[in-house]
Amino acid sequence: MSETLSRSATGPNYVLRRILAGTTLRLVLVSICLLWTLPTAGVLITSFRPYNDIISSGWWTVFETPFDFTQWTLEHYGTVIAEEGVGNAFLNSLIVSIPSTVIPITVAAFAAYAFAWMKFPGRDLFFATIVGLMVMPLQMALIPMLRVYTRLGLSGSFLGIWLAHTGFGIPLAVYLLYNFISQLPRDLIEAATIDGASHFQIFTAIVLRLSLPAIASFAIFQFLWVWNDFLVALVFLGGGREVTVLTTQLSNLVGTQGQGWHVLTAAAFVSMLVPLSLFFTMQRYFVRGLLSGSTKG
Amino acid sequence: MVGTLVVSALAYLALRWSFGFMRSDDVPKVATMLVAIVVGVVGAWMLFWILNNLVSSIPGERLREFLQPFAFVGPALLLLFIFQIYPTVNTILISFLDDNSEEFVGLKNYLFAFTTEDLLTAFRNNVWWLVIVTSVTVSLGLLIAVLADRVKLESVVKSTIFLPMAISFVGASVIWKFVYAYRPAGTAQIGLLNAIVTWLGKEPRGWLIHFPANSFYLMVIMIWIQTGFCMVVLSAAIKGVPNELIEAARVDGANAFQVFFQVTLPCIRGSIITVATTVALSVLRVFDIVYVMTNGAFNTQVIANRMYVEMFKFRNFGHAGALAVILLVAVTPVMIVNIRNLRQRRS
Repeated sequence: MSETLSRSATGPNYVLRRILAGTTLRLVLVSICLLWTLPTAGVLITSFRPYNDIISSGWWTVFETPFDFTQWTLEHYGTVIAEEGVGNAFLNSLIVSIPSTVIPITVAAFAAYAFAWMKFPGRDLFFATIVGLMVMPLQMALIPMLRVYTRLGLSGSFLGIWLAHTGFGIPLAVYLLYNFISQLPRDLIEAATIDGASHFQIFTAIVLRLSLPAIASFAIFQFLWVWNDFLVALVFLGGGREVTVLTTQLSNLVGTQGQGWHVLTAAAFVSMLVPLSLFFTMQRYFVRGLLSGSTKG
Repeated sequence: MVGTLVVSALAYLALRWSFGFMRSDDVPKVATMLVAIVVGVVGAWMLFWILNNLVSSIPGERLREFLQPFAFVGPALLLLFIFQIYPTVNTILISFLDDNSEEFVGLKNYLFAFTTEDLLTAFRNNVWWLVIVTSVTVSLGLLIAVLADRVKLESVVKSTIFLPMAISFVGASVIWKFVYAYRPAGTAQIGLLNAIVTWLGKEPRGWLIHFPANSFYLMVIMIWIQTGFCMVVLSAAIKGVPNELIEAARVDGANAFQVFFQVTLPCIRGSIITVATTVALSVLRVFDIVYVMTNGAFNTQVIANRMYVEMFKFRNFGHAGALAVILLVAVTPVMIVNIRNLRQRRS
C-alpha cells in the first residue's frame, strides 16, 4: 500500500502518509492475528477458571484483575484426567499414534526404494495407482473394512487401527518418500552395488540415513494426522471407554457435557497439548511436513 | 535359512504373547503402551528383515532376482490392495445392493440420495462449503501473505495464522462452540460472539440454530484452520517470483496494485490452483466439524456426516455406499489430473 502512495512523493504530506499507511498495515495484521488467537485463548483461560466464574462471567473479565490468583485453578485438569477418561484417552492416543507413524513410514520407505531403484514387472502401473489413490476419500473404505474387521475381531483393537492408518497412509507416504529417495545421487547407489552391498544393506545404511530430513517431515505430518484423526478412530476403534482416543473422548464429552465448559475446555486443551508442543519446538519440520502431506484425507 | 525361520517363529510367538498382554485388563496402561509401541515399531522392521532373508536364501538366481523387489514393495502393495482397492470395488458394489447388501436394487440408493430432503440439503451445503471455504481461505491466505511480507514480524504473524493447523477438527469445534455459546438475553454472555453482539446493544443469537447462516458459522471453523496452509504455500510462491520482473514493471510505471495483479498473480497461478484443489478436497469430505457441532441438525447436513448416520444409525449400507461413491465421483477429476501430471513428468 505504501508504494501506491509513494507515487505522489512530492508533497509535504508524503512522510505523514507513509507513516499512516504503515500504521494501517500493522493495524490490519494485528487485528487478523487477534481474530485468529482469541478463540483458542478463550478456551485456554477458561480451563483455568473456577466453575462458578465460568458460568457467571466471560473469560475476558480475568484481564480486569490478572494478578488476583484466587481466580485461577487447576481443578478441572484433575477432573478430566482422572474422572472423565481424558488421561486414559491420552495414553491411548499415544498407543495409537506412535506405531501408526512408524509402521507406515517403514513400509512406505521400503516400497519407495523399490520404486526408485529396482526393476520389477508392473512398476509404473503400481506407481500410477498409488498416485491416483492419494486423493481417495476415506469414506470409500469404511463399510467393507468395518465388515472385515468385525469378522476378524479387529474392531476396537490397537492392531486393527495401526493397520488401518498404515493402509490409508501408504499412498501418500510412498509418493512423498519416492520423490526424495529417487533424487539421491545414482553414483552413490551404483558404487555401493559394485562394492557388493545388497539392496537391504544399501537401503538401511545409505538411503535411510540420507532420507532422514524427508522422513522426519513426513513423520511429523503422519503423527499429527493420526493424533488429530477422528473418523478412523470412531469407526474402527469406537468410543468405548477402554480404547477411546482423545478426539473420540472429547466428542463424547461434547455429547454428555454439552454446557459443562469447565470439563470441555480442559479436555480440549489436553488434546491440543502434544500438537502444540510439536508446533512450538519443531516449527520448521512441522510446516514442511504439513505442506508436503496436505493432500491426505 | 534355519536362523531366519527360528527368528520368524520367535517373532510370531512374541507377537502373540504381546497381543494377549495388551488385551488383559490387569496390567497398568503405561506398560501396555510401552509394549504396544515396541511391538508396533520392532514388528514392522522384523517383517522386512525376515522377508529379505527368506528371499536371499532362495537358491535359483533368476527367481531370487525376480522376487527381491517384492520383498521391498510387497507389504505396501498388499496393504494397498486390502485397504484401498478391495474396499473401493466393494463399496461400488454395495451401492447397488439393498441395506444389508443381499439383493440387487439397481439405482434405488442413488435415487434415494437425489430425492431425500435431508440429502438435497447436504448436497447444497457441500457446494456452499466448497465455494465459500475455498475462495475465502485462498484469498485471505494470499492477502495475509502479501501484507505480512511487508512487516518485520512476518514470522510471528505467520505462526499465529498457521497454528490452528496443528489442532484437531474436534478440538477446533470445541473452541468455536465456546465462541458461539448462547445464553438467554439478560444473563451474562460467556460466548465471545454473543458478548460482542450484546455489547453493541443487540439481542444474543443462537448462532448454530438459524438457517441458513448456521452453515456459514461452521465454515468459519474450516476457514480458521485452513487459511494458514494457503498463506504459507502462497507466501513461498510470492517470494519465488523473480525480482527482475517486479523491478521491470515498476520502472515501466506500474503501481503496487498493477504489479500485484499483472505480474505476481500470473506468476503464482500454479500454486493458487494447487492450494485451492487441496482445500477443496478436504472441504468435500468435511465430517468432524458438522458431527461435533450440530450432527447435521438445523439444515447443516453434509454428505460425509449423512453417510456416517446411514452406516451407524440406520444401518443402511446401500445408502451409505451410494453416498461414498458420490464423494468418489466428485474427486475423480483430481485423480485423473494427478496421474496425467505424473505421466508428463516421466516422459
